[in-house]
Amino acid sequence: MYKYDQYDQAIVDARVAEFRDQVTRRLAGQITEDQFKPLRLMNGLYLQLHAYMLRVAVPYGTLDGRQMRMLGHIARKYDRGYGHFTTRQNIQYNWIKLSDAPDILADLATVEMHAIQTSGNCIRNISSDQYAGAAADEVADPRPWAELLRQWSTFHPEFSYLPRKFKIAVIAADEDRAAMRLHDIGIQLVERDGKLGGRIFVGGGMGRTPMVAPEIKDFIGAEDLLSYVEACLRVYNRYGRRDNIYKARIKILIHELGADEYRRQVEEEFKLVKALGIDPPQAEFDRIAAYFAPPAFEAGASDAIDRSDPDFAVWLDQNVKAHKRPGYAIVNISLKPAGGIPGDASAEQIDLMADLAGRYSFDELRVTHAQNIVLPHVRKADLHTIWQALHGAGLAEANLDLITDIIACPGLDYCSLANARSIPVAQKIADRFADPARQRDLGELKLKISGCINACGHHHAGHIGILGVDKKGTENYQLLLGGSGAEDASLGKITGPGFDEDGIVDAVERVTDRYVALREEGERFLDTYRRVGIDPFKEAIYG
Amino acid sequence: MGDLLRYRDDAAHDEPAVTLDAFLGQTNATAVRVESGDDVRALIPHLGQIALIEVSFPKFRDGRGYSSARILREAGYAGELRAAGDVLVDQVPLMRRCGFDSFAPEAEIDAATLEASLSRYDHVYQVAADGAVPVWKLRHG
Repeated sequence: MYKYDQYDQAIVDARVAEFRDQVTRRLAGQITEDQFKPLRLMNGLYLQLHAYMLRVAVPYGTLDGRQMRMLGHIARKYDRGYGHFTTRQNIQYNWIKLSDAPDILADLATVEMHAIQTSGNCIRNISSDQYAGAAADEVADPRPWAELLRQWSTFHPEFSYLPRKFKIAVIAADEDRAAMRLHDIGIQLVERDGKLGGRIFVGGGMGRTPMVAPEIKDFIGAEDLLSYVEACLRVYNRYGRRDNIYKARIKILIHELGADEYRRQVEEEFKLVKALGIDPPQAEFDRIAAYFAPPAFEAGASDAIDRSDPDFAVWLDQNVKAHKRPGYAIVNISLKPAGGIPGDASAEQIDLMADLAGRYSFDELRVTHAQNIVLPHVRKADLHTIWQALHGAGLAEANLDLITDIIACPGLDYCSLANARSIPVAQKIADRFADPARQRDLGELKLKISGCINACGHHHAGHIGILGVDKKGTENYQLLLGGSGAEDASLGKITGPGFDEDGIVDAVERVTDRYVALREEGERFLDTYRRVGIDPFKEAIYG
Repeated sequence: MGDLLRYRDDAAHDEPAVTLDAFLGQTNATAVRVESGDDVRALIPHLGQIALIEVSFPKFRDGRGYSSARILREAGYAGELRAAGDVLVDQVPLMRRCGFDSFAPEAEIDAATLEASLSRYDHVYQVAADGAVPVWKLRHG
């Protein structure tokens, strides 16, 4: 994975000093909270209901054991002993003191980490496929492109005060594991005539006006990538709406202009921008790509796995995925134990995962947008040992992509924007569907919960989505069906009137019961829904 | 009003700036004031006669002026480029990178804070309008 050179380190160190100075000025009253807000936000520091929340960047979700252990250290020293992995492959801490924030950033900088641009109206952390470099179906490792974009977007002078936040994802397989088309810019690497390039999708997003991004460019080579993305951003910075925060995302601009007119403007701008020499030479791309060379896989590693332990076999079938190399596998560690908070991990669990990565996965870990952790390069011979270690730490839940592998935002328990709680609903649903055999029988079923229409819990993209709203002072939950964040991206439809906290759990169960009654051989819930439409489910829910 | 900050060697231009519409209507003016929503590309045919372009920042959050500045510099404008209005100390380094070389902030900017802010970063990642050499160029000569 990528390693800082002296330039990267100097930039991150300077950022620590800058933020320390900004916090000092704020604490001394030299700047107002209104003036401080965009500064702290550009460093991932939010003021939440009870305390400050600090969001730490995990670029494209990749980190090593040393970095993971630092995340555990921060949880222990500055928070309450745990951290929360997010849908953008980052981690956030919910109980931070403003006066500690500069020290936390200084600690992070010692392991090549930071909180730069993890919030604010700027280009956010670049996200990617959690199986990058390990997946059998990728045309290339997307992470060198993501790192190129990370560096280009860091303190971009023109795009630090955009109309609204801006999220970019890069993937390199037809299977979309990163919800690429629900990003402001989504890039899919493809091969054409033996050359690697990016298909560029612009204007996707969730929030209160969800949209699936249209394709804006069918192929752009690495040598033009930054110029093209710069042109995309410049058109947005100049013409994106600033009169209404709820209409300020690029998806609204593209919706209002039309994809063709937006594309025309970008192409015009690209001609001008390309002449500026902003694209690094091939040598720089090669330098970055060299850091992502495959690790020293053992030739002839055995494909044999002893499945005699039935609990292990269940976990193996559910949480372990095919690797591109014989004898290796991809391990998904579920952070969705029964009764837990989706995405939370204790400092001890974080340390354990770091140790396992060091011993069994070439010291590499990934954070997934579904709020789980991945050990990307594991010998099949080590799977049972890993499973035992995870089992002992409450990390062996065999529920990847099942109904209890819930994405949920922090909701009203933490977030100052939320209208309703998300975590208790996730816990009640996990409790209702606690029987592992029942979960497996229901099969792949992506359930996503947001506590307000900002949709941080991706409810629009859930096969089953739940949206918490405020209805005359009480929490109310709407049910959506048929969304997908994958390569068949679609937006869920609201079934009808909402429910209270217990009612929504009953409604979900009526939906899954109806699915079981209607499904044909081999159909996932989403397939059945698409075949039969929403009406049979409405009838099941509302009678 | 804060003091005018200038990073130019020539004397400050003191002709009053006219609006973009007024300038395009009577093109003998030498100073123009551009609002954040104006398309500065309309000025490109006239850049040779302009000594001062003032770009308005009605709110510090309104970042359109950063693009305006870069577009003017990319088109070859070499005169004074002033950021005026709600300009805060932490924004000045980014504005300098986009090509602004003078600042008329609404509120006074503390000189020591500004000095520290401008000298904090030795390196930048991207090409912009200030001539700073991006680290990828340093890496590869």
